[in-house]
Amino acid sequence: MIHSLFLVNSSGDIFLEKHWKSVVSRSVCDYFFEAQERASEPENVPPVIPTPHHYLISVLRHRIYFVAVIQSEVPPLFVIEFLHRVVDTFQDYFGVCTEAAIKDNVVVVYELLEEMLDNGFPLATESNILKELIKPPTILRTVVNTITGSTNVGEQLPTGQLSVVPWRRTGVKYTNNEAYFDVVEEIDAIIDKSGSTITAEIQGVIDACVKLSGMPDLTLSFMNPRLLDDVSFHPCVRFKRWEAERILSFIPPDGNFRLLSYHVSSQNLVAIPVYVKHNITFREGSSQGRFELTLGPKQTMGKAVESVLVSSQLPRGVLNVNLNPSQGTYTFDPVTKLLSWDVGKINPQKLPSLKGSMSLQAGASKPDENPTINIQFKIQQMAISGLKVNRLDMYGEKYKPFKGIKYMTKAGKFQVRT
Amino acid sequence: TKTPRPWSIFGYFELDIELHEMLDSNKDSLKLEAMKRIVAMIARGKNASDLFPAVVKNVACKNIEVKKLVYVYLVRYAEEQQDLALLSISTFQRGLKDPNQLIRASALRVLSSIRVTIIVPIMMLAIKEAASDMSPYVRKTAAHAIPKLYSLDPDQKDQLIEVIEKLLADKTTLVAGSVVMAFEEVCPERIDLIHKNYRKLCNLLIDVEEWGQVVIINMLTRYARTQFLNPNESLLEEGGEKTFYGSDEEEGKEDKVEAAALVVKRKPYVMDPDHRLLLRNTKPLLQSRNAAVVMAVAQLYFHLAPKAEVGVIAKALVRLMRSHSEVQYVVLQNVATMTIKRRGMFEPYLKSFYIRSTDPTQIKVLKLEVLTNLANETNISTILREFQTYIKSMDKDFVAATIQAIGRCATNIGEVRDTCLNGLVQLLSNRDELVVAESVVVIKKLLQMQPEKHSDIIKHMAKLTDNIQVPMARASILWLIGEYCEHVPKIAPDVLRKMAKSFTNEEDIVKLQILNLAAKLYLTNSKQTKLLTQYVLNLAKYDQNYDIRDRARFIRQLIVPTDKSGALSKYAKKLFLALKPAPVLESPFKDRDHFQLGSLSHLLNAKAGGYQELPDWPESAPDPSVRNVEVKYPTSREKRKEKKVEKPFYSDSEGESGPTESPVNSSPDSDTGSGSGSGSDSGSEDSGSESGSEESEGESDSEKDEKDKRKSGKKKAKKTAPEMKKWRIYVSFCVALLLKCSFPSPQAASPTCGPLKTYELLHRITGEGLAVTYCFSRRPFTGDPHMVSVQIQFTNNTEVEARSLRVLEPKLQSGMRIAEFPEIDVLPPGEISTVHGLFNKLINCFSFTPFFVTIQPPVGELMMPIFMTENEFKKEQGELGTRQAPVFMGLAAKVLANLSRVPCGSAMECRFAGKTVTSGSLVLVTVVTKEERAAQVTVNCEKMLIGTMLVKDILQALSQ
Repeated sequence: MIHSLFLVNSSGDIFLEKHWKSVVSRSVCDYFFEAQERASEPENVPPVIPTPHHYLISVLRHRIYFVAVIQSEVPPLFVIEFLHRVVDTFQDYFGVCTEAAIKDNVVVVYELLEEMLDNGFPLATESNILKELIKPPTILRTVVNTITGSTNVGEQLPTGQLSVVPWRRTGVKYTNNEAYFDVVEEIDAIIDKSGSTITAEIQGVIDACVKLSGMPDLTLSFMNPRLLDDVSFHPCVRFKRWEAERILSFIPPDGNFRLLSYHVSSQNLVAIPVYVKHNITFREGSSQGRFELTLGPKQTMGKAVESVLVSSQLPRGVLNVNLNPSQGTYTFDPVTKLLSWDVGKINPQKLPSLKGSMSLQAGASKPDENPTINIQFKIQQMAISGLKVNRLDMYGEKYKPFKGIKYMTKAGKFQVRT
Repeated sequence: TKTPRPWSIFGYFELDIELHEMLDSNKDSLKLEAMKRIVAMIARGKNASDLFPAVVKNVACKNIEVKKLVYVYLVRYAEEQQDLALLSISTFQRGLKDPNQLIRASALRVLSSIRVTIIVPIMMLAIKEAASDMSPYVRKTAAHAIPKLYSLDPDQKDQLIEVIEKLLADKTTLVAGSVVMAFEEVCPERIDLIHKNYRKLCNLLIDVEEWGQVVIINMLTRYARTQFLNPNESLLEEGGEKTFYGSDEEEGKEDKVEAAALVVKRKPYVMDPDHRLLLRNTKPLLQSRNAAVVMAVAQLYFHLAPKAEVGVIAKALVRLMRSHSEVQYVVLQNVATMTIKRRGMFEPYLKSFYIRSTDPTQIKVLKLEVLTNLANETNISTILREFQTYIKSMDKDFVAATIQAIGRCATNIGEVRDTCLNGLVQLLSNRDELVVAESVVVIKKLLQMQPEKHSDIIKHMAKLTDNIQVPMARASILWLIGEYCEHVPKIAPDVLRKMAKSFTNEEDIVKLQILNLAAKLYLTNSKQTKLLTQYVLNLAKYDQNYDIRDRARFIRQLIVPTDKSGALSKYAKKLFLALKPAPVLESPFKDRDHFQLGSLSHLLNAKAGGYQELPDWPESAPDPSVRNVEVKYPTSREKRKEKKVEKPFYSDSEGESGPTESPVNSSPDSDTGSGSGSGSDSGSEDSGSESGSEESEGESDSEKDEKDKRKSGKKKAKKTAPEMKKWRIYVSFCVALLLKCSFPSPQAASPTCGPLKTYELLHRITGEGLAVTYCFSRRPFTGDPHMVSVQIQFTNNTEVEARSLRVLEPKLQSGMRIAEFPEIDVLPPGEISTVHGLFNKLINCFSFTPFFVTIQPPVGELMMPIFMTENEFKKEQGELGTRQAPVFMGLAAKVLANLSRVPCGSAMECRFAGKTVTSGSLVLVTVVTKEERAAQVTVNCEKMLIGTMLVKDILQALSQ
């Protein structure tokens, strides 16, 4: 299926290549570079590019293009999903997935790619299995390896691939047995000029960090499972049990994993935790424009709105801005015309505001378009949908684990049109 | 502590020498260091083939990491250094015999990856051996090796197919995905290999690893297209039948007979249980975290499911839109194709396709496409409001696409055409030229639909020629003015005058349109424009572009009559000013669905190499029995139980309560009434969600207690009722078979059995709150003349939802048939739900998990009415054997048997005629009322047994 893989950095250099079948010359990437030139923005490069003899399917993550070379029919999503899995694995192994990290760990990268695909068909993509095969590099291990000459490759033969629960490695042992779950919800919203909500929905995930010895069998139940409208599971979750009882029952992988992602049914009204008052005007004939922005909290159930970041792409005609923030700092890039304002925490007593003027190109007519305002924020200890975990039980092991759950609400794609 | 990067430190020559030394050393750490540097070179695309001999020596190195890196090197360069690569083969051959399965697997993996033609026989042998290895992991590796060998030597195909066939029969989930992958690469045309494994693959699917799932689902989609019938074609017919039934509420029996005949002719669609199995087993995978799996299921449903069921995929696809932008891109392409055929499916998710300013342009354009496809009379105003916002966007390509989209909405939805047109005209004063140009092009298309109403717009556009420079827009305006020059008689010549002035500086498409305009004006208004036209034609004559020169010559010959010009010039006006059909603005995604959705070919709208066409549905279904697999009973004990199950009918029936216990009703025609309302189905769903929320408040502990109680209750029930006990093992056996049953979609029908006799199947006490009754609706339900329809009514008397009610493997005697019963997904408390089923013979036992029940139809229900006259009746009567018995109290035998009444002269006599469903033998019943409340019942039937039983039943009923 996947013939070869090329890693291309933002300046257009191929810094890694791997072939699973016969070697494909790297000149095939020229077609990719052509498409890259044609696209105005990096994210506008088409994910699938046909060439006379091959097809190039690429994903862009961390400013690296992962370009897979395909020779015949294959579902494009199959390749795209796999490439993203590769990136996730690199991130899992090296902490970051940058060009430098990949170059520094080129041997581990090669070993990983070798295990992940066999003849272009995915073989081992579960992080638990891979970690048994190839140990992730840590500073300590690198030091030890250089001194003792031992290796990154697992000495033991991996058994995970043979077991009925391929996602969990065997023989896990911890002195402190703990299981943490993070319920993270994101609000996607479009707010129109007048402040009314055009569309708003809540997407959530439950990320788990499970460090439990042996083969624990967990069940997680919710106070209000009806809220979950559409769910997708980690393969470890028993689907039948969820269908019948709305209980998550699973043997967890070891370590970090995403247990569940869900969508909250759209019938429920979505509480919008912040509001924006804005006044962005350009006057005809003058080279000045007014810019006024005030943020305020609403429907936050008493919780503080933190890490607020406002960004807006101003019209091309804006040369510079002269603004005065009541709190936080703002930056304006005159080249990309991107205004961003790091607000911090919203104090309900003293609402943060950003006011001032914009200078426009002299003589140019006033811009037609109005900028949209993107907002990011976080609210700790609250799931905006009201989802609550009821209890977590463990079966199959004797010890008593430490359990923890955390809720958080974030802005997803939160946009205010002006 | 980092590995030094060799390319930055050494020159090639030095590097080579040093690496050689390191590889030859005795220390593993040095070897490892050398190998790491070599692999880093390979990764950068540098040639390291010179080191081949030195590296291959280390293939048997004890250190695992060195060994692995040597493998990496070997696989990369073996093709270039074939002879030297052979040196390593014996190491792998030894590995293939290792007692450790993982070493066997890894040896096979590397051996099969070495692309050296000489070792093909060795590879073939190794694959064959590995295919029958004890370890499923080794067998999986063998499956992976098959396409490798095939690409190396396609002549091995036949032998490889044998191996594939063998591995397809493998029952482990580990192998399934890989072998189907091999199947797809080597012999996708050999669909016959799948038959025997079809059901197994469906059942294993949920436990296969995600990548395998994608491959299997795609393959099964193609398989199903060759083996099953199109569920949607017959749906249309069914709809027709429904109205038919609706109309004949008050009609008599004749209609009924007719309806039955009609139904027989149409041979309505019953979904193959295997088809249903596939749909049911793939549905949970919509919940997968893997976008490729979700897409695979979505395309399967789109291509295979009945229309009513396709909707389930919309939610999952919309969920994928939250994913990475590449995933979004592919999903949106597919959604765009789907929305053309099945718009309704995505309408509830309209807002999910609203565009954000941060979306990449290619995503914006696709979303716009979907929004346009979704537009209809009801939502167009909201969509247009959205579009208005988009037009103000800074992304001009996107604005242009929006204008196109508005144009398409306007052509598709007549109501908003004027609104759209006005909006577009306003855009003509936009400052951005691209926006104006795009608007002109779209307005031109819209105006073509009704030009007479819009001469002021045409005037407005004529003025634009002074400012607008985009060639396509100028050309469009000129064409418009030329085409509708009669609507703007004063302006048109003036425009031509201006154009003539600037002719030489125009782009080619504009020049062509100037010529066009000139020609049209010459024909309609030659007085004013004759000279101008001549001038333009002269200019064109010496143009650089031969297209324009040609056109000028052609036009001159046509419009300017000379003695040489032929007959054609007479028709010049007709040629130029013919009424042109308005353009149809349609989606570029139209008809894309002839490619299998989710495929690369669909995305590119061009056939990719190795693409397997999605076959059309067959006209008639191929033999479904090819998929039958002999079921081997696991133990002899169960087999014995099995035998007990299949009791002969008569011994069983004696113990059963007779059908006469329930009250007798005398309105025989009611069965045709009321049709099949869908009320019950949707109603039950609603109340399901309500009751569920109540339940969730109570939650876990109490619920668990209750469940325990229920469990113990179940045990008790089994102990007390000896019959139940008998079935217990049987039930567990059935659970294993559970996946093998499949059902057509639940057909909603209101419980119309009121006037009919209902029989109890399961009392609510023994059924732990679930009561089941059944009655014979006497409706020719699917029209199979040899089947009798039964309506089973479930009543949930408990406080909780009952789920997944279904028929397990029914136990039938030979010669019996039973159509599948639809599964009831959820039965909320207090709800009643009804299913219909069909069977054809005297007795059927089938079990409803976890309860075993028997449906025993009274003999009278196994007949169907036929219409005959009194004379025919008498004639037939003479030929048939007679069962008679004197009774008291006459009338209403009809309630017992599904017979039709024969018109008859005497008031004292009632005659009924019918035939048995299975054999079609005649059944004639005569009831003669005598004095003193006595009556004589005569049953004529060639089947003695049936006759006797019918008499018995009638007597019993009448005597009450």
